[in-house]
Amino acid sequence: MKLQELTEKPDLFTGGHRACAGCGFPILIRLVMSVVDTPVVVGAATGCLSVTTALYPYSSWRVPFIHNAFENAAATISGVEAAYCTFKRRGRLNTEIRFIAFGGDGGTYDIGLQSLSGTMERGHRILYICYDNGAYANTGIQRSSATPRGANTTTTPVGKKSYGKIRPRKNLTYIMADHGIPYVAQAAISHWRDLMTKTKKALETEGPSFINVMAPCRLSWGNNPQETVDLVEEAVNSCCWPLFEVENGKWRLNFKPKTKTPYHHWLRRQTRFRHLFHPTENEELIQDLQAEVDRNWEELLSRCQ
Amino acid sequence: MITQDKLKAEDFVARTGNEAVAEAMRQINPDVVAAYPITPATEIVQIFSGFLADGLVDTEFITVESEHSAMSACIGASAAGARVMTATSSQGLSLMAEVLYIASGLRCPIVLAEVNRALSAPINIHCDHSDTMAVRDSGWIQIYAENAQEAYDNLIQAVRIAEDQEVKLPVMVCMDGFIISHGLEVVRLLKDVQVQRFVGPNKPAYSLLDVEYPITVGALDFTDFYFEHRRQIAEAMEKAKTVICKVGEEFGVEFGRSYGFFEGYKMEDAEYGVIAMGSTAGTAKVAVDELRKKGMRAGLLKLRVFRPFPVTELINATKGLKAMAVLDRADTLSTNGGPLFQEVCTALYAEDHRPKINNYIYGLGGRDITPFDLEKVYQELPKLAAGEEKAKPRYLGVRE
Repeated sequence: MKLQELTEKPDLFTGGHRACAGCGFPILIRLVMSVVDTPVVVGAATGCLSVTTALYPYSSWRVPFIHNAFENAAATISGVEAAYCTFKRRGRLNTEIRFIAFGGDGGTYDIGLQSLSGTMERGHRILYICYDNGAYANTGIQRSSATPRGANTTTTPVGKKSYGKIRPRKNLTYIMADHGIPYVAQAAISHWRDLMTKTKKALETEGPSFINVMAPCRLSWGNNPQETVDLVEEAVNSCCWPLFEVENGKWRLNFKPKTKTPYHHWLRRQTRFRHLFHPTENEELIQDLQAEVDRNWEELLSRCQ
Repeated sequence: MITQDKLKAEDFVARTGNEAVAEAMRQINPDVVAAYPITPATEIVQIFSGFLADGLVDTEFITVESEHSAMSACIGASAAGARVMTATSSQGLSLMAEVLYIASGLRCPIVLAEVNRALSAPINIHCDHSDTMAVRDSGWIQIYAENAQEAYDNLIQAVRIAEDQEVKLPVMVCMDGFIISHGLEVVRLLKDVQVQRFVGPNKPAYSLLDVEYPITVGALDFTDFYFEHRRQIAEAMEKAKTVICKVGEEFGVEFGRSYGFFEGYKMEDAEYGVIAMGSTAGTAKVAVDELRKKGMRAGLLKLRVFRPFPVTELINATKGLKAMAVLDRADTLSTNGGPLFQEVCTALYAEDHRPKINNYIYGLGGRDITPFDLEKVYQELPKLAAGEEKAKPRYLGVRE
């Protein structure tokens, strides 16, 4: 994959959408769509993605696109894929088409988990991509099960008796790997080549595939628009968001930072964690959070041996 | 409703409602079925799975993990241009409720075989119409059957009605749980080729799989377009009235059993009428016959189509009545009567000459209703017509 070639590919996802400057998912979609080399149908869960890219009478999608509801992107695209299978079998269609569904962490980790699990278990040839920004961003930054511990959200607000979200995040990528589907990966918009390689692999997989991608919401993370990608890179370097893949049951680490940066470096750059450092530093909690990152990282390394 | 046999080739067989509906599904051989088991509708997809296992159909059957996903997958498949079917009941329909609205809003001509069952709590698996009445404003056409034969015929017609370009709305084909779904009856099945010719090929105007002409389905409407799009659904419902009658008549021409909004039983000279839906209509016919013997000019109006609601036709059909009772197998719990009662009253309100109307909520959770119960309902009507009794919603067959 050469950069030169990528710039020459037609944009299947056009500009003019209403996502915020510095939002993570448009970057993700553009990277994913630039890998696509067969026709695709895209599905999406309700969320920032659907409401900013498909506003009647406008659409940013130059491929067929369907949004149904919040919790059913996976089931919906599985229906489209089933129709495709019938049409192919009955000779009503000859084109090779691939199917991609996008959902935020709210629509994927939480309300849409059942629909996703069912779709993956049934073996549809679908790529499901979660754009994980760690909150219900579209409704105004409420906690999700992907929200990191300690984050200030509107439903886990910091107060006299609260330091934000108490529970650690759920590891959805592991849950999907435990479905025993042929391809599961975790990626980040900062590591574009890795993300594109994984997308390509997933699209070539004859069966269900899942990629979990860190893609920030700058409103909830509280960073400047120009820092979005850099902030994700810092997350990867801190090992709180490792890049790995599980291909036919084989675990592989895709990136090992030369120097593992302290987790608090990443935390400090985001307003959602400001209360951990101001007015006084919550040293005990920060150490605890670092220990949690270290523990998870070591556990992943043992899986990837 | 059943006129004469024009086609001698029809098979007379013993089938339950579920079996007859599954048989219709086999004959239609839809592109996609997505369904989740629930009593008493389970058998439909269970039998259909058997057809699939034996290679009698080549449908893509999506064995979803819930009814919500069943309807969601149906919507995806329908937007892809597939002919899509599902079956459910009760709690399953309630779980689908959110996406039922989306199916009609996105103009997906999905056909749903609905086996009417009570809603929890208390949990109950037997018949009433609470489940379909709860989603009566979801933009789905609702057709109710009196028996297995009608359930079979309705399902075949539903495909044509749903997919009509003037309509493009989903259709719910309703039959009473256990009473019809599990009752064994003589059913006249059509030949496969007759069914296939009648339903014809699905010709969707748009498809997600038309990659040369990409469409966006399910976009966000703000205040500038939402109202117009919803208004178009109402318009489609209006147009569906013509299509429902046209398809019902054509079915009659082809197969000798024609259908409309109602079946009037001895309504021509009736003074006292009952309006009912589903299997109770069969019971009411027995009551009408008994009362006629006793000299009462009793009649029955069996409502087949609840959505769209046939207002003009109802006005005409009830013109000669002095008094009528509306039988509701569901309660709105509004203390203002059942859903059918409210519809009937609204439809007739503007008429200068209209019958006095009473309402009976009956049969919840499968509580049996007998010809004797219905005779009592009729016998109250002359008092109502004479002004001796005030009309008010009441409950029939319950221990108060």
